[in-house]
Amino acid sequence: MAGVPVPAKYRGDPLQGVEMLFYAFLLAVMIVTGSCTPNDPYRSAERNKNIFYSTFNEPPKHLDPAKAYSSDEYELIGQIYEPAIQYHYLIRPYTLVPLTARAVPAPVYLDKNGRGLPDGVLPEKVYRAVYEIRIKKGIMYQPHPAFAKEADGSPLYKNLTPKDLEGIDDINDFPVKAARELKSDDYILEVMRLADPAIESPVFAMLEKYILGLHEYSEALRADLEAARRQRRENAGPAYNRTVDEKERPIVLDYKKHPLPGVEKVDDYTYRIILKAKYPQFIYWLAMPFFAPMPEEAVRFYSEDALKDRNITLNRFPVGTGPYMMDRYNPNMEIVLGRNKNFHREDYPDKGEAGDDEKGLLEDAGRPLPFMDMIVFKQEKEAIPRWNKFLQGYYDNSGITSESFDTAVTVSAAGRAELTAQMTQKGIRLLTSVRPSVYYTGFNMTDDTVGGLSIEKQKLRQAISIALDDEEYIEIFNNGRGVPAMSILPPGIFGYVEGADGINPYVYKWDSARKKPVRRDIEYAGKLMAEAGFPGGRTKDGSPLVITFDNPWTGADMTPVINWYIKRFRLLGIQLENKTTDYNRFQEKMTKGNFQFFSWGWNADYPDPENFYFLLSTANGKVKYQGENASNYSNPEFDRLFKMMENMNNSPERLRLIKEMTHITRQDAPLVWGFYPVAFGLSHAWVRNVKSNAMANNTMKYIRLDVAKRRAARDEWNRPILWPIAAAAALLVIAAIPAIIAVRKRMRGGRG
Amino acid sequence: MLTYIIRRILYAVPIVIGVNVLTALLFFYVNTPDDMARKILGEKNVTPAAIENWKKDHGYGLPAFLNTKEAGLATVTQTIFYQKSVPLLWLDFGRSDRNNIDIGREIGRRMWASLAISLPMFTFGVFIDLFFAMMLAYYRGTYLDISGVVFCVIMMSVSTLFYIIGGQFILGKLLKLFPISGYDTGVYSFKFLVLPVAVGVISGAGIGIRFYRTVFLEEINKDYIRTARAKGLSEAKVLFKHALKNAMIPVLTNVVVSIPFLFYGSLIMESFFSIPGLGNFTIDAIQAQDFAIVRSMVYMGSILYIVGLILTDISYTLVDPRVLFE
Repeated sequence: MAGVPVPAKYRGDPLQGVEMLFYAFLLAVMIVTGSCTPNDPYRSAERNKNIFYSTFNEPPKHLDPAKAYSSDEYELIGQIYEPAIQYHYLIRPYTLVPLTARAVPAPVYLDKNGRGLPDGVLPEKVYRAVYEIRIKKGIMYQPHPAFAKEADGSPLYKNLTPKDLEGIDDINDFPVKAARELKSDDYILEVMRLADPAIESPVFAMLEKYILGLHEYSEALRADLEAARRQRRENAGPAYNRTVDEKERPIVLDYKKHPLPGVEKVDDYTYRIILKAKYPQFIYWLAMPFFAPMPEEAVRFYSEDALKDRNITLNRFPVGTGPYMMDRYNPNMEIVLGRNKNFHREDYPDKGEAGDDEKGLLEDAGRPLPFMDMIVFKQEKEAIPRWNKFLQGYYDNSGITSESFDTAVTVSAAGRAELTAQMTQKGIRLLTSVRPSVYYTGFNMTDDTVGGLSIEKQKLRQAISIALDDEEYIEIFNNGRGVPAMSILPPGIFGYVEGADGINPYVYKWDSARKKPVRRDIEYAGKLMAEAGFPGGRTKDGSPLVITFDNPWTGADMTPVINWYIKRFRLLGIQLENKTTDYNRFQEKMTKGNFQFFSWGWNADYPDPENFYFLLSTANGKVKYQGENASNYSNPEFDRLFKMMENMNNSPERLRLIKEMTHITRQDAPLVWGFYPVAFGLSHAWVRNVKSNAMANNTMKYIRLDVAKRRAARDEWNRPILWPIAAAAALLVIAAIPAIIAVRKRMRGGRG
Repeated sequence: MLTYIIRRILYAVPIVIGVNVLTALLFFYVNTPDDMARKILGEKNVTPAAIENWKKDHGYGLPAFLNTKEAGLATVTQTIFYQKSVPLLWLDFGRSDRNNIDIGREIGRRMWASLAISLPMFTFGVFIDLFFAMMLAYYRGTYLDISGVVFCVIMMSVSTLFYIIGGQFILGKLLKLFPISGYDTGVYSFKFLVLPVAVGVISGAGIGIRFYRTVFLEEINKDYIRTARAKGLSEAKVLFKHALKNAMIPVLTNVVVSIPFLFYGSLIMESFFSIPGLGNFTIDAIQAQDFAIVRSMVYMGSILYIVGLILTDISYTLVDPRVLFE
């Protein structure tokens, strides 16, 4: 076959066009980004702005203060809502100070006849505990459409229809906004909302035990809710679909229809919360967003059906008096808090703990808060991009995941965690703090094999406690980020004892030369096993002792952890049978008591020993009382001491009781105490006034940025490198040339 | 044609209902309302009473499919299936179990972010795959073809995750050409889309090029191609004009069925690049055990699948006059 000439349109190298396209495209990217740092994820207009950039992993579930209960939710609403009191930013141990209140309220204890009782009165003598809170005058809410009014004083935005809301996607799209002064009614309303069955506050079950009449009030609201549903069903007939009906017309309950004796208004700036019993820890609840003010106007505004249809709800757009307000809420992409121009005067603290001054934490003392104009939280679901963007300077702070731990931190010869050279070169700072939490494993105390309070069973559990080497666990699985626990009580909480006096003598010995606790050896644990009736881990009939281990660790990354437990139990001759299930099955087993050995943890609500020791009280047993005592530990002596300690003010007597309780629980060993996690946080050199505070959730107002320093660092760290792209394209072209020549030859010479 | 489409839509109705029933069954028996309540209420202070109240308030306190405590029509209507799943038939997705958001509105919002990434990825992907497949067919038998095929097989063997992390590392971290992840609206979204689109196109190129190359090679061995060559047409003309047109049936089967799923987004891609699309939405819902959202997304998936198949059938008639609607 004769060769045919190649038409002009097919001549030439097609890859040249591809290369040109690529360069044109790169150029377009550079133009669009408008900066010398094309990897900058922010708009160029933001470069010089006083904006803090951080991340969130999952969209927050609720921003309603009556419902929000997780740290990611608190990170947002803590900056918007203001309870009456707050934790001091710098002082340790954690101390409560006024926020909107004029003073931290002191409870007044009353007997049945209404007579006052002294502060240290025994709990059983207290009939009522009254907290009277006086708020400051002149505190204004953020600008919000809920406060906008007609000339006659009625709400401007009412009876809204879908047509009224055309073009409105969030709260800032409303053209008219207004504000009003904070009143005591707003705090009272929020307490009422905690009892609303439709809100499902996670702390209602706890608070109804204490706040006078809260249970009855909730029951009355539930009855109203059910009556409304019954009425609607009767009207609709058999085709009634509650899901659809309440989506279109949600039921709004009238809070004023029923009395709630547990909250009282004294005047516009004073209210009282009345408890049924002495509960000194209640003061800590008052610092949580559950007791933040909620304006009636906001509740009414957000009850508009048309707003709900557009997902404009209190769950997304809070209304507060805090230093920041919700500016943009797109939980799929970013959440932006802007400065609240109505924020009342609050100054940076002028006192701290020892060493704060040297660290520069008091440089801004007396300056008005907040320092930053905006806080931007970007959604980052994956750890690797989040970490890399932090290293590029695009996020101002970061945690440390296990993947990035070795890049960020090295352990010094003295065993201290230090930043790597790469981090220090960038001026990054490391902040570590022991969390008020405990991760533990434990025994089902109602189980025939591992439970019970006999000396033999105590020894069995003590032996296992020795074998489960928490130091090794922390080192292998937690990158050293933990402190081995000596009891349920973590450092920083009243009752925690350091040094030789604070060790768990059943598991550790004190090495006075090195001044540190040393775990008892495995031979000693073996001896305990023999005394417990399981020599070499064998039962009386010679078969190996088998213990089942229930956990919800379904991820593949947890297999080494499970294997570690199996290996440690094997040291005692015990056969550990792993029973991993999904979280729901695990919860079910725990609730029913169908387990022997388990893993669990606790994060404190407030810095008080009661919030830890209640995890071991009989009244909180999981199986019998659906409480948080997962091991179902029950020791009458412990319960007696706990009852005395729980409602006591911090005092030498309380310390004595705690020591006794600690001794009992160490001996009984219902839990292998595990470890207290240590949080590692990183922040860039341009972020000032950073101090870890595990209890406060409104800390963003104290942070100050050096924007010029950040801009310079970002420019330096993010200069684009273009030559590898050009080289790769050239290589591609060169590689293609021989093939093109071959085909051309083939075309000319015919295919044969 | 219209009759055919109507008939196909009618065939789809039992399929859609079946999917609906099956999803409900799986949820009620694999993941019970108690499990959902426990997961959604959190870990602290979750009492049995709180679980019961949650089920009651969210409409999960009813029997699954048949309410024997009721009489007449209410035995069917006062069930979880009727209350939750039946409104889906007229595309009323309801509210999410976890945070009470309007699911339909959320799908409407997130769909655009999914499309912003999947549409260019798909379009560029198809064109680039076709282009390179034709180039390999054009240069068949040369080292370029052989090395191209080997390269494609290597590309097919590599996990998508590797492309994503590699792309972020090389183009975002080392060369600093694009943001590593993120998203913005309007024209500002452009710089965030380049990297995921490039990664998506490259990660899918191995399989795409190999598939289309096979299609083209099959075509160019047919009689009409030999005739075209005998007529003296250039190899390029034979390939790009005659073979391409006739290879459209398998190409369309592959392409058109995928179009409706562009709305659905990409689970991994959206997660790693923080694209706020429907892929992300689905993953979040599965993790949170939000049955209302999962149910809606599964239902939407089944509808999109059916739409894809109908569109494919229609497209056949457009490219091949021999195909008739029967």
